[in-house]
Amino acid sequence: MASSRLFRNFPAISYVVLIYGFIFLPVVVLVLFSFQDSRIPIPPFDGPSLKWYGAILDDRRMMDALFNSVTVGLLSSMVSVVLGFLAAYSLARLNIPGARFFQGLLIAPLTVSYLIIAMGLLITFTELGIPKSLLTVGIGHVVINMPLCFAILYSQMGEHQANVERAARDLGAHDLQVMLLVSVPMLWPALFASFVLSVTFSWDEFIIAFMVSRFDVTLPVEIWSMLRSGLNPKTNAVGSLVFMVSFVVVLLLDVLISRTRRL
Amino acid sequence: MQALTSRSGRGWALLAPALLWTVAFFFMPLVIMGAYSLWQRVGMRLVRTVSGSNYEQFLAKSYFLDSLINSLEVTAIVTVVSVLLAYPLAWILAVRVPTRWQHIALILAILPFWTSYVVRSYSWLLVLSEGGIISNFLLDVGITDAPVSFANNRGATVVGFVHFFVMLLTLTIYANLVQLPESYRKAAADLGAGPVRSFIHVILPLTLPGVVVGAFLTFVLCIGDYITPQILGGNRELLLPQTIMLQISRRSDFPMASALAMILMMVISIVYVACARWLKLDRV
Repeated sequence: MASSRLFRNFPAISYVVLIYGFIFLPVVVLVLFSFQDSRIPIPPFDGPSLKWYGAILDDRRMMDALFNSVTVGLLSSMVSVVLGFLAAYSLARLNIPGARFFQGLLIAPLTVSYLIIAMGLLITFTELGIPKSLLTVGIGHVVINMPLCFAILYSQMGEHQANVERAARDLGAHDLQVMLLVSVPMLWPALFASFVLSVTFSWDEFIIAFMVSRFDVTLPVEIWSMLRSGLNPKTNAVGSLVFMVSFVVVLLLDVLISRTRRL
Repeated sequence: MQALTSRSGRGWALLAPALLWTVAFFFMPLVIMGAYSLWQRVGMRLVRTVSGSNYEQFLAKSYFLDSLINSLEVTAIVTVVSVLLAYPLAWILAVRVPTRWQHIALILAILPFWTSYVVRSYSWLLVLSEGGIISNFLLDVGITDAPVSFANNRGATVVGFVHFFVMLLTLTIYANLVQLPESYRKAAADLGAGPVRSFIHVILPLTLPGVVVGAFLTFVLCIGDYITPQILGGNRELLLPQTIMLQISRRSDFPMASALAMILMMVISIVYVACARWLKLDRV
């Protein structure tokens, strides 16, 4: 009985195993050879050794880039969430003529390649004489993340919330009080989710950061310049670190979201 | 009435920051880039006279045109292969895997998403390059007797892209499939359709819009990507984003780069319109 079921499922099971193998192969290789002892991360594996992780932690430029990435990610995401929220609140709640049109304008950056956004910003900053820096990178990251925050928050501002807000207003709350004391707490999960999503996008964004930064760079740009030295276990180590950190963050977020959903 | 106008006044005030930001750092740059694409770089100087010479050059020099054609070919291959690989996986996850395992199976399926994008391409280099995992495996098994390289060509670029987009498409197609009530398949079976017929006549048409949306997303992200071809593709053929970057970094020819970027945008718009029209026709 069991064996006949196994036989029937055999094609499906082998397909899943093959595809998962394909999906996991590079990541497993990346992490495994980050523990390589010798200088080249290809077989045979001669580890385990933690020396490349040590090399990363000792690398001043890498640590600076890490710090820059975190700073740019947190600040640009904060701006994205705040601006996105205000715009969503305004378009969903306060009757603005032509709301659909403005909605389209705000979402437009989602439909354009990052490469094109990066080039436009580079040319504009050059034309205006604004020097390339982490600030300009942050500006670019708000351009790509704000539409996302706006779209997520806008979609969450449903009728249920509108009713509660109306009730608060009837009970004498000012608009500002309604927004800060009623809407924000009710939208908390969506606000948090769009913030985390923004941080992960900013954290991983390369082309904008590459084109509009100069001396201070973010982590993906620093890793990029490391790639010029070819295959290097140090690149494996920093890649594995990024992977583990992102994975833990996503797992936490997943647990958090499923818990809020259950409430 | 007074209250109403002041409320809408407040509405504008709340909307203004986001709107100004988008206009200043998205629309204005696009306009400036459009203007640049009509200007020229002569020697090291920027000449601000309007002409279509950058676009003429694009059509005249095979160097530019070829990179667009390469881009279109690679993107088409990647999109088709990714859909063909992702659909069965999404199907198995949605239909054959018990519900309580689906969540964990999905999280596993997109796990490598969370490596950095740059590092993901690099890690394929570890697998494909000379002396890498595959090369070593072939040596061990005895199929080859010297290390072989599978990197630095179009195939490597395609593999790197497909890896990323299989994950993405599995997610979008899965989201579509789980929305289909199970009763549809049962009804088709009751009416005498075998699994194949029920798939072709019932399931596939119902999920096709979702597949098209996912495929469009794949197309846009793939055709505008610089990293994957730059790391994995070698230097025998260039894709359009690489050509654009070369115009900037090697020649600092912003007008030509702008023209190429505008062409990239046009190509994406055309495909977008085609997809949108097809989806609308399909719904009628």
